[in-house]
Amino acid sequence: MKDLCLLIVLAPLAAAVVAGLLGRALGRSAAHWVTILGVGLSFVLSCVVFRQIVFGGAPVLNVNLYTWLETGGVPFEIGFLIDQLTVTMMVVVTFVSWMVHIYTVGYMHDDPGYQRFFSYISLFTFSMLMLVMANNFLQLFFGWEAVGLVSYLLIGFWFKRDSAIFANLKAFLVNRVGDFGFLLGIAAVFMYFGNLDYAQVFERAPSLAGQSITVFPGHPWSLMTVTCLLLFIGAMGKSAQVPLHVWLPDSMEGPTPISALIHAATMVTAGIFMVARMSPLFELSSTALSVVLIIGAITAFFMGLLGLVQNDIKRVVAYSTLSQLGYMTVALGTSAYAAAIFHLVTHAFFKALLFLAAGSVIMGMHHEQDMRKMGGLRRYLPITYWTSLVGTLALIGFPGFSGFFSKDAIIEAAAQSTLPGAHLAYLAVLGGVFVTALYSFRLVFMVFHGEGRMDHHTREHLHESPAVVWVPLVALAIPSVVAGALGVGPLLFGDYFGGSIVVVPEHAVLAEMGEHFHGSWATVVHGLQQAPFWLAMAGVFTAWFLYLKAPALPARIADTFKPLHGLLVNKYGFDAFNNWFFAGGARGTGGFLWRVGDEALIDGLLVNGSAKFVGWWSGVLRNVQSGYLYHYAFAMILGLLALLGVFVHHLLN
Amino acid sequence: MVQQLVFYAFAAGLIFAASMVITVRNPVHAALFLVVAFFASAGLWLLLEAEFLAIALVLVYVGAVMVLFLFVVMMLDINIAVLREGFARYLPIASGVAVLMLAAIGYVVGHQHFGLNRISQPEAAAASYNNTAVLGRVLYTQYVLPFEVASVILLVAIIAAIALTLRTTRQTRAPHPGHQVQVMRGDRVRLVKMAAEKPE
Amino acid sequence: MLALADFLIVGAVLFCLSVAGIFINRKNIIVLLMCIELMLLAVNLNFIAFSHYNQDISGQIFVFFILTVAAAESAIGLAILVVLFRNRGSINVDDISTMRG
Repeated sequence: MKDLCLLIVLAPLAAAVVAGLLGRALGRSAAHWVTILGVGLSFVLSCVVFRQIVFGGAPVLNVNLYTWLETGGVPFEIGFLIDQLTVTMMVVVTFVSWMVHIYTVGYMHDDPGYQRFFSYISLFTFSMLMLVMANNFLQLFFGWEAVGLVSYLLIGFWFKRDSAIFANLKAFLVNRVGDFGFLLGIAAVFMYFGNLDYAQVFERAPSLAGQSITVFPGHPWSLMTVTCLLLFIGAMGKSAQVPLHVWLPDSMEGPTPISALIHAATMVTAGIFMVARMSPLFELSSTALSVVLIIGAITAFFMGLLGLVQNDIKRVVAYSTLSQLGYMTVALGTSAYAAAIFHLVTHAFFKALLFLAAGSVIMGMHHEQDMRKMGGLRRYLPITYWTSLVGTLALIGFPGFSGFFSKDAIIEAAAQSTLPGAHLAYLAVLGGVFVTALYSFRLVFMVFHGEGRMDHHTREHLHESPAVVWVPLVALAIPSVVAGALGVGPLLFGDYFGGSIVVVPEHAVLAEMGEHFHGSWATVVHGLQQAPFWLAMAGVFTAWFLYLKAPALPARIADTFKPLHGLLVNKYGFDAFNNWFFAGGARGTGGFLWRVGDEALIDGLLVNGSAKFVGWWSGVLRNVQSGYLYHYAFAMILGLLALLGVFVHHLLN
Repeated sequence: MVQQLVFYAFAAGLIFAASMVITVRNPVHAALFLVVAFFASAGLWLLLEAEFLAIALVLVYVGAVMVLFLFVVMMLDINIAVLREGFARYLPIASGVAVLMLAAIGYVVGHQHFGLNRISQPEAAAASYNNTAVLGRVLYTQYVLPFEVASVILLVAIIAAIALTLRTTRQTRAPHPGHQVQVMRGDRVRLVKMAAEKPE
Repeated sequence: MLALADFLIVGAVLFCLSVAGIFINRKNIIVLLMCIELMLLAVNLNFIAFSHYNQDISGQIFVFFILTVAAAESAIGLAILVVLFRNRGSINVDDISTMRG
């Protein structure tokens, strides 16, 4: 199995190298074939490993392949930890990645950077696999940074666009903030556990639960809380939680396939995965869990609201992604790690689907992304319409669809949780259901229903996307429907995750919920009588009313609640604040240091100043060197007189 | 008493000659007054029983150095008017500095420090005293190495003076012995192979 | 009776006269050289006076060496003067300021 895992990881890497370095020589079709085959191989083998671990009862694999270096008796190794959590992620990542590869063949068909794009997404697959398969913090960090790098490269894929460059720089910098926290967290782990290996760290964790550390004198903090919060800062950056979420909407500057793959389905869920992976640590700190819960709740509700006022089709989906990541974080905060991972999986399917559908729409519209110029596309893009409807229903949690099970579990977990802030989180996720339904169907109605608002030329050329585009849509639509019903039993309430996720009994909300679980069908029936369902329906109805029945109303509402609307349009002012405070502050400080510190003080005063002073002083002194003989003679005689004076003075005393 | 008269006579002559050296317009006159100063000085040295040096001063300075001075002064076509510029202007400050210095030195070397009550006049040397012999004995024993150095300094001065003033004219065609020695056959002889008869 | 101080004062006067001479003849390099000779003469007078009154022959040895060096100095000085004149056509000190800083 070790060899299998190695092959899973290396196949995309090899494909990426081939497509990246030899892409020009191989040509376009060879580049996409090699990467699709590489990732496809990865997916098939992941399924094999998945079967062995989950159904075959194979033991958890924890091997070190290679010792990178050893210092102070601590080895830094590269290794795999293959357990239920890992294989779940592997299958999801490789499947979505594979679909996106296929889809890309159609989407990027005319792009000059075709081979480069394939190389990047294969490289991304490799990085993401390294991240999820790591058995130690260092390798996790490697994967973490590698996916960040690929994300940077892909957001700026169209590097001739200023907005893309701005967006990828922004993503990089914001992620740096998170990564700094993450690195500090890893450092804390290394410092207090003396090791970076998961198994050894988790083994020692309970014994260090009560330990406190003093970072600032006079304020002893719990070691676990500090470590977990630092690690969570990393997750906040990568998984775009408030206030480090600002990069994700802008990342939509990248091509749509990677918005689907990286900024919706996989990379942004790395933070969720990481916290779930660190469950043995997070379980030891209720404070950290509370913070996670509250941050998640804020993200889930408020980022959803922003989706209501966006007109760019991709941005709506992006804000929906933010909101759904918030749901996952809430689940993590309530210790319902299984629910978080479950939602991660279902979300990966339906959000990738939605993005790819959005991409299909954009292709059909000749790269027009403004929803106000769409409408009535149902007739022209039937497959896209139906698949995105499936995705939307899954997203709003319509009973029976995959999102229903996972989201319901999260809402229920938030209701059950007794942590501080759980009430707030419950209200947030409940409100989020309405908001989600509203913006999701706003999108559907604005894009696919009603009258077409596109210009004549575009309308003439509207047609369904080619097979390479709609086949992945269908392939993703299937799990979007069924993954929930199939997974809910074992994943949430069964012993699916085994030892890979640890929950202490006080936090075991899922176990409590499990007592009332009577199968998927019963849950669906039960769900129809619950508040979330009716809230979702209310959202759908509102969307229908506002955007189909009375399309003039939204503008009037926006007018009436102008301050609120302005707040939403300005995204709560996060961007403005960051630009003003951090970017402006940094530029201001830099400018100040440059002008005053560097130019005036160092260059001006110290370097040029000393040179000028020496020059000036030499200019004064050179007058002494007149070149006239008698001046020198005069100086000598004066010196003689002075010496004589000293001598006489000496004699007198 | 005679001694004192002689001393004052020579001292007065010396100071007068020195004053004239620094004040006369013509450098030739200045050089001649310098000769006078050397003579007076030699007289004073005789009073101090330094016969060899007194004679050497006259011979070397008056005979050689001063002739050299005169020679140079006369050889060079000097515009005296330019050289005298600022004479009156600098006279006050020169006098001031000189008087100040004289006061300081006079205070140090005056009678209260070097008077007869402090250091008495030594007895006159015996008639058999030979200053040259005594000087020679010390010079060639105790001071032999400095003496050699002094001779080297003189040699260097000779060479330097010649090197400075020697003007090599371009017109002189002198063979260079080094080049003559280094000459190879190829430099001078060229063997040419040619037919004995003119080709048709 | 002649005191050591008498000779020394004559030397001092001679020395001060030559200092004054350097001042007032600041443009005439030949007279400057002569003034230096006078200075050396004053110093020599002091040496011989001390040598006599201390009954120590070393003073005269010093005078001997000073005479040697002074002869060398005036020889080279005059040689430089000749070269200078040959190159510049003048021995005006004001013209020689190429070493100006």
